[in-house]
Amino acid sequence: MIKKTTGRRGLDMGVNPYLYIAPALIALAVVVLLPLLYAFFLSLQKTQGLKGTFVGLANYAAILKEEYFWQSTGRTAYFTVVSVGMEFILGMLVALLLNEKFRWRGIARAMLILPWALPTVVNGVLWAWIFNSSYGSLNGLLSQMGIIHKYVNWLGESRLAMNCVIFADVWKNYAMIALILLAGLQTIPGDYYEAAKIDGANAVQRFFRITFPLLRPSILVCLVLRTMEAFKVFDIVYTMTKGGPANGTQVISYYTYQTTFQYSQFGPGAALSYLVSLFILLMALVYIRLITGKGNAA
Amino acid sequence: MRREEKRKRILINIFAILLMIYIIIPFVWLFISSISPKVELIATPPHWIPEKPSFNNYLKLMGLQQASISTGEIPPFPTAMRNSIVVAVCSTFLSVLIGIFTAYAFARLEFRGKNAMMLSVIALRMLPEIALVLPLYMIMQKLHMSDSKVFLTLVYMSFVLPFVIWMLRSYFESIPVSLEESALIDGANRFTIIWKIVFPLALPGVITTCIFCLLTCWDEFLFSLIFTTSYNAKTVTVAISEFTTRHMIDYGLMMAGGMLASLPPILFALLMQKYVVNGLTEGSVKE
Repeated sequence: MIKKTTGRRGLDMGVNPYLYIAPALIALAVVVLLPLLYAFFLSLQKTQGLKGTFVGLANYAAILKEEYFWQSTGRTAYFTVVSVGMEFILGMLVALLLNEKFRWRGIARAMLILPWALPTVVNGVLWAWIFNSSYGSLNGLLSQMGIIHKYVNWLGESRLAMNCVIFADVWKNYAMIALILLAGLQTIPGDYYEAAKIDGANAVQRFFRITFPLLRPSILVCLVLRTMEAFKVFDIVYTMTKGGPANGTQVISYYTYQTTFQYSQFGPGAALSYLVSLFILLMALVYIRLITGKGNAA
Repeated sequence: MRREEKRKRILINIFAILLMIYIIIPFVWLFISSISPKVELIATPPHWIPEKPSFNNYLKLMGLQQASISTGEIPPFPTAMRNSIVVAVCSTFLSVLIGIFTAYAFARLEFRGKNAMMLSVIALRMLPEIALVLPLYMIMQKLHMSDSKVFLTLVYMSFVLPFVIWMLRSYFESIPVSLEESALIDGANRFTIIWKIVFPLALPGVITTCIFCLLTCWDEFLFSLIFTTSYNAKTVTVAISEFTTRHMIDYGLMMAGGMLASLPPILFALLMQKYVVNGLTEGSVKE
């Protein structure tokens, strides 16, 4: 019986660890790493039909000079900041509400699962129907209530359409934040609040002095995760507006999709996808720092 | 003090009711639209409650009733649902099968390059689909694997597998190492230990991981959109998006499709509520 312990947690019995990880590593190499390398190779080419000629970094240079690129990046940034911001505020308020004791708390918490589990594509078509300019229920409701006198073309004007897409996105995605923050809230001992109350701290003070600092790790992780997700937004744009009207909701993923598959610009499409990934990767580094605990010191 | 307490109670109840309304109204409208006849659907002002509700849209989608000529061809929904189930289950099963050993190695064994590999797995989990869709498309063309459930299953592993490794590793790490050590002393081999000790203890974690993988696969859209050309492999999310590309949009039919596509993940998530809530916190907050 040979038992050798390497490191704090290591359990070793002469088995080769690489045998355990090999199947997964091979699978990931085939479905992720090779395609990524191939995409990089494509991004250095100018494609005409199926033939490609090597052009170095010309595709990247061309994209960075292109107005459409910066506009779609700007739209993505707007979408990300506004939707994540609203989702966080709403998620926080809902988590605080569900942390109180009341009769339907269990039901309300179970209901949060509904939008979370709803497929994004269904969310998109549902809200496209609600916002529909001629028959949509929102126009019907608002005009019956006398708030509007003429039907509004919600998805027909650039800025308005973007805000409607954000509204639909928030309706679904705040739920995840609420559930995570609620779980965090439930780990805070009630004594802290009792003690603060005795010391005469009001509700706002208790929130900013106790709740917020103790929830900070969960909050940061939620925000970074959602920011990454929001920056990748594609499905809901495809189903609600197809990037329109007048490119008003043409976010960066949608722009990449159009360049690649509608205009068959494989080289520039690959270069665009690399630029998107680069940003996500930077966010991922922040995320990794947060969950491995180094972020707490900062 | 008591009056303040009472006022707080009332406020909490009001907000709770508002929250439930906010959540439920769109779902109610999804359902009402799906059972409204076309004439009532486009009525002004809207018929909030249909006068002649019917389940014709569902029958049409299930292929049990002939579609009217104006609607044109309806996506074969049962086929799309079956494709979604097959692809989701297969890629989840394959990913858990090979991911479980990798996760175990990351949690328990020491080897060179471990940290770098683990960080790469986390980074891969974050990779946007749009980064892979073009090269995978070119590879698919070269291998003549267009429109295949096998190809979809394999490419779904690009996001399922990193997730599995990451989640399971954190569950394995939460299991006390002493149990395995005593089994090792008793002469059990490593495979027996994983199968007989680690796996049963990590079972809740494995279930949670599977739920998240299945739901993510069911939700997937871009890969299915690009890599499929017929209902040989098209999944349910693509089927729904196809209503909007037709000449005339039949919203009632589309909402019925939305209901059918949402019921499996929603019922599943509600049944597994405990695991879902646990997984959300475990999977994102902890390392």
